[in-house]
Amino acid sequence: MQSAPAGRIRWYGAGWMLYILPALLVYIVFMVFPVVNSMRLSFYTGSGYQLTNYVGFDNFVKLFNGSEASIRFLNAFKNTWIFFAIHMLVQNSLGLLFALLLSGRVFRGRGIFRTIIFIPATLSPLVTGYVWQLILNPNWGALNKLLTGIGLGSLALPWLGNTNTALPVVSLVSSWQWVGLPTMMFLAGLDRISAELFEAAEIDGATHWQLVARIKLPLILPIVGIVSILTFVGNFNAFDGIYALEGADGQPLYSTDVMGTFFYRTGIAGQHPAGIPDMGLGAAVATLTFIVLIAGILVARRLTQARDESLSGGRIVRP
Amino acid sequence: MKSLSMRKRGFGVEHIILTLWALVVLFPLWTMVVNSFKFKNDIILDPFWLPHRVNYGGYLAVFKDSPFPLYFLNSMIVTVLSLFLIMLFGSLAAYGCVRWRIRVSRWIYLFFIAGLTVPIKIGSINLLLMMRNLHLLDTYWSVIPVYVAGGMPIALLTLFEFIRSIPQEFTEAAVMDGAGSWRIFSSIILHLVRPALATVAIFNLVPVWNDLWFPLIFIRQDAQRTLMLGVTRLWGQYYTDWAKILAVLSLSCVPVLILYLSMAKQFISSLTAGAIKG
Repeated sequence: MQSAPAGRIRWYGAGWMLYILPALLVYIVFMVFPVVNSMRLSFYTGSGYQLTNYVGFDNFVKLFNGSEASIRFLNAFKNTWIFFAIHMLVQNSLGLLFALLLSGRVFRGRGIFRTIIFIPATLSPLVTGYVWQLILNPNWGALNKLLTGIGLGSLALPWLGNTNTALPVVSLVSSWQWVGLPTMMFLAGLDRISAELFEAAEIDGATHWQLVARIKLPLILPIVGIVSILTFVGNFNAFDGIYALEGADGQPLYSTDVMGTFFYRTGIAGQHPAGIPDMGLGAAVATLTFIVLIAGILVARRLTQARDESLSGGRIVRP
Repeated sequence: MKSLSMRKRGFGVEHIILTLWALVVLFPLWTMVVNSFKFKNDIILDPFWLPHRVNYGGYLAVFKDSPFPLYFLNSMIVTVLSLFLIMLFGSLAAYGCVRWRIRVSRWIYLFFIAGLTVPIKIGSINLLLMMRNLHLLDTYWSVIPVYVAGGMPIALLTLFEFIRSIPQEFTEAAVMDGAGSWRIFSSIILHLVRPALATVAIFNLVPVWNDLWFPLIFIRQDAQRTLMLGVTRLWGQYYTDWAKILAVLSLSCVPVLILYLSMAKQFISSLTAGAIKG
């Protein structure tokens, strides 16, 4: 057989572009362009769908100058950070705990626990929100009935209707839903640690907690960075769950208003009495959200940079 | 392989903690399902246990003259079409990026990957204006291109790495036989890449089926609602009919939940891997 110049495929030909084109077009038209152009639109204003008047930084100024919109915006911004902090504290600590409990030892029911912990992460945040709203109903909800039943009737509060408890409770419901993700990510990290390492440590007489503190924790520290970034991005985009639990206004009295709900009201639905959206202002909120996200990601990357190498080896978990 | 630490023990601390959490996870789901079979008064009297008289009214109301079967169908169409297009466009583009031997193909690939850190929601305002200009507003067709575009970065990342890892030997013979790039793609690559396609499909299935945001901002017309958008209307319309509300909520979880429980391992690894990459 002749050593022909490898078939008839033209490896350098422009024909390959045809394979890439459908994806590239849809990606540019419906993602890249809208994201970039939304940022441009944050410098415009207008009524309804006509954003024609260039106003420079006016929309951004409006979000900080002490106006009604800026009070709401800064409140939503603050609430989003509290929302995020509670997720870091509760969701990610529980995730780490569950991952530690699920790793290493083989015990009965391990697979079932894994499956159960992850169930809520497959549910819609909207459904989760509505179901918890029923459970938290102040009059006949299951939670307050349970509290009354075990003699803690004084704790049977209107959890979602109280400005002091609403935001923490909403954050806890969201943590309940997403705790499976950090659990599985930490678990994936722990499962990569070789069994030999544990054996050697055990033979050397290390106790269970020494194993955790000296071997497991240092090895999963890099994953903390990724989990934090994911939590951060997820929280600054959160909308569905809060919408189900507290409505688009972040009730009561805007105590659960976050960036997602504020963005929806200003840019899409319109503020309560008038109902006319200010799309330029909405675009400005989106732009600020984007800047905060990028800044947050860069900070988290910087903080965990030194540990990046240990990650690249296990980045892709293929089925 | 069985080390000291791997040994099976009886009932340990991990069982206690994990069982408690399992109860916390399952309790809301239990409440949702058992109460969907109760009369309103029974829900208020006792939200915990099985109904002492069963009320199928909620489910009957869903299937008899309610728009929910239609919403369900709309969501099915949106989800299936979106996933199909993500897999199709994603695998074509990944193949092109891997095999096209000029530098531009790498730049295009990196351009796709750059989208991983950008939530498509940021572009909502402009998307809303675009859909209005395209006269797609108020139809469920409007959400499909958005989901497909949003799915591209993760699809490209997963499929690019997978296709690149396919050894040359698999396609060498076909290349020598004079097969064109399309025949190699459709008869060889597409079969080999199926595990990666499954990952891409699962990763997009859950957020697409569950999404409220884009239907909420694009669709107002009743007949065009997706299931999740329909769910938001439950409160106003059937305020008193808890059995119906809970029946709809329970039914809306069924498709994803069945798929999840039948292949939990794959779901967990796909969603976690996707999240890590993202």
